[in-house]
Amino acid sequence: MRLAWGQLWAIVGKDLRLELRTRQVWMSMGVFALLALLIFSFAFDLRVENKAAVGPGALWVAFIFASMLGLGRNIAAEQERGPMDRLLLCPVDRTVIYLAKVIGNVIFIGVVEAVALPVFAALYDLPIITGLIVLITLLGTIGIAAVGVIFSALAANTRAREFLLPLLVFPIIIPVVLGSVRATEALVNPIHGDPPWLGLIIAFDIICLSVSAILFQFVVEE
Amino acid sequence: MQTVTRAPSGALERDTARARPAEQTRPGWRTGLAGAMKRYGPYAEAALGAVTAIGMLLTIWAALVYAPTDLIEGPVQRIFYIHVPMAWLAYLAFFLVAAASVMYLITRDDRWDWFARANAEIGAVFTTFVLITGSLWGKSFWGAWWVWDARLTTTLILWFIYVVYLVVRSFWGRTAQGARNAAVYGILAFFVVPINYEAVTWWRTLHPSEVLPLGGTPQLPPAMVIALLLSLGAFTLLFAFLLLQVYRLERAQATVERLRAQLEEE
Repeated sequence: MRLAWGQLWAIVGKDLRLELRTRQVWMSMGVFALLALLIFSFAFDLRVENKAAVGPGALWVAFIFASMLGLGRNIAAEQERGPMDRLLLCPVDRTVIYLAKVIGNVIFIGVVEAVALPVFAALYDLPIITGLIVLITLLGTIGIAAVGVIFSALAANTRAREFLLPLLVFPIIIPVVLGSVRATEALVNPIHGDPPWLGLIIAFDIICLSVSAILFQFVVEE
Repeated sequence: MQTVTRAPSGALERDTARARPAEQTRPGWRTGLAGAMKRYGPYAEAALGAVTAIGMLLTIWAALVYAPTDLIEGPVQRIFYIHVPMAWLAYLAFFLVAAASVMYLITRDDRWDWFARANAEIGAVFTTFVLITGSLWGKSFWGAWWVWDARLTTTLILWFIYVVYLVVRSFWGRTAQGARNAAVYGILAFFVVPINYEAVTWWRTLHPSEVLPLGGTPQLPPAMVIALLLSLGAFTLLFAFLLLQVYRLERAQATVERLRAQLEEE
């Protein structure tokens, strides 16, 4: 057990160090998320009465598109430099590799979200910076990363992988999209008797993480 | 193109080689069954096709003539006898894709992969018809082709999952890797659908389930129940018949690709 923890953090640390060296993925994801927020503020009419309804949706679409970009880049980088093959040669359990990749991607996406959230709050002038938004964002991001990591591994060994990834991921993460957007909306505009959206995201996270952790070994099998 | 066809050759040969000795070394009921299938298979299939055709004709009669006209919904309610069985079978096919995917990952027998693929293809067609017939009914009864009701939305998502499954399979080609990938996608999608249903139910509960009365509920007059059961039986036979055909097509395509890859190597 302690060995597995050590391996887990070693892989996460390796990915983070690689990323800190170039910061390419972070930069492109962050700029993309901000650009998406900007485009949304042009695309939708952001008057006082409807920005509370439109804002959370815009935020999450920006987050999800930025995550797709990050997940796609991650895999492309793995393919070009080939650390995944070497990682698979190590005597590490496949489940540990999968979980490490999920944690790494949650950190990647989380950093971008931490930058984009205050900008969003300022641009759209919505009072969403509370403790709860951190929890919603974290749970939503875990859901996206849990599905995204296994599907980017699926898409990795094909041609047209960047374009296959959203195709694979979007129909599956609909519960996360619905849950996080509604939960964020409830922060801006609390509705009495709202269904427990956070519970739904937690259920989704648990199911996707456990099923994918089992299935990941079949994806990377040679 | 060459790299694509050459890659599956080794994998397919390895897989069939793995499957073959097990069959040959085990005499008894298994080979007896295979022999019987070979001898009587075509007749059984023709019989299945004939029964299906009769069943479909009976269904048309029962749905259009035998069943009484609904007082509230009018004649358009008769679409229900096509819509409901197809919806049930579409969901059954989805379950069978996931079950066959699990079996493929365990046994690595190509036949499970063909079975999963055949189910996905028929499931996609059935789901398309469910959406079309549902829209026709909705336009007449609700006044709109589409409403974002929980059941409709779940079915639409299911249709997208089927379509994506088939699209990515065509990208992955007939390789062992592609079959494994598709199995992983099929299993994960299966686990997500219940959460999806729950989510869209919370999101939109515009139309309670009483709008579409399920078969067997006491409000339905007996003639309607009989018509529904008849069409359910006929559509199940149609499903089995189509499944058999598509499965055979999958097997033939796999064989062709293997032979082509062999020719290219020589």
